[in-house]
Amino acid sequence: MSTRHILLGLLATGPSHGYDLKRRHDERFPQARPLAYGQVYTTLQRLVRDGLAEVEGTDSDGGPERTLYHVTEAGARELSRWAAEIAPPAPFVTNEIFAKVVVAILSGGDPAAYLRAQRAAHMRRMRELTAVTSDPGSDLATVLSADFALNHLDADLRWMTTTAARLTTLTAEVDAA
Amino acid sequence: MKNTGTPGPLLSANDLVKTHGATPALRGASLSLGPGEILAVTGASGSGKSTLLHCMAGIVRPDEGSVTYDGRRLDRLPEKRLSELRRTGFGVVFQFGQLVPELTALDNVALPLLLAGTSRPRAHEQARDWLERFGAHDLAALRPGQMSGGQAQRTALARALITGPKVVFADEPTGALDSLAAEQVMTALARTAREAGTAVLLVTHDARTAAYADREVSLLDGVVVAEDPALEVAP
Repeated sequence: MSTRHILLGLLATGPSHGYDLKRRHDERFPQARPLAYGQVYTTLQRLVRDGLAEVEGTDSDGGPERTLYHVTEAGARELSRWAAEIAPPAPFVTNEIFAKVVVAILSGGDPAAYLRAQRAAHMRRMRELTAVTSDPGSDLATVLSADFALNHLDADLRWMTTTAARLTTLTAEVDAA
Repeated sequence: MKNTGTPGPLLSANDLVKTHGATPALRGASLSLGPGEILAVTGASGSGKSTLLHCMAGIVRPDEGSVTYDGRRLDRLPEKRLSELRRTGFGVVFQFGQLVPELTALDNVALPLLLAGTSRPRAHEQARDWLERFGAHDLAALRPGQMSGGQAQRTALARALITGPKVVFADEPTGALDSLAAEQVMTALARTAREAGTAVLLVTHDARTAAYADREVSLLDGVVVAEDPALEVAP
């Protein structure tokens, strides 16, 4: 996830300051990790450095003075380019779970026990996310975000089930190599 | 076995063995279901999960082992008592809702009450209420052939719950549905069962469906594998 582009997208709706951007980010992407203030300000400074955003002025609104930012034309072009860019369809060819299964085989561990434990952890997380998707109080953005995570966890689980069924063959292959 | 924190299991299977012809379906399966608990039983095709559900619902008798319901040996009950229990204490839903094709949704849902001698107006009133709980009140006049798979399954769930059973047995209730319909059916089932305090034994091969349960156990070659490996008894 590109924090830089997400912030640029939030800025595209109109001039805004760091505190407001952080608040809107956390609301709009409830399943994502909340942004740290430091990360927001560092990212804004880099956007200004790269000519994608500019300082509009300051706004005190009765409280401490805050710097307002807006998107430049170059920023708007970069945002359009990024938003239309297709995400790589196979970024997880070598993943941590597969690596641990192979290491368990190499080191004489119990890959089947590891896969069962991993499956239980995935199921626990899926139960939590399902509670979110089936809560009548959840808004659609929250539901869709949790649904995205659920589908990915489900894909992991299918892969783990197939792998568990093929451990004997995999062990022979790893041992022979 | 995991302690569910309940006073005792409502329904338990102990060392069940069941063979279909020469094929062993269950090879010493044990499982407990607490009152009001939603328990998912998962496993690959042929792992024995449907046979386990059939034994626990009193639909088939195990070759060995016991099934205890509310402190009584279910597997030793005479057929007449068993069929009465299936009508009043249990609700069953299968992959295909198995609604009566000639009847409307309202009559399908009212059927268990009508068979038990409830008056038609009273049965229909309750059936409307249960269809409403499953968001299916606008289906009342439709026959199964006029419904989508998800609508038929929500109707079947309303029929399974109308008698106020203590346990609902659901065998692949989302197996024939697309993902959105499956989500609507499972959300309705989990919410309604929790409101009514009904326990659910949910057999599914689908992890997304299993995630609606409070707990999951997996079946492997006719034996129950505990949900949390840390709680497994070493072989």
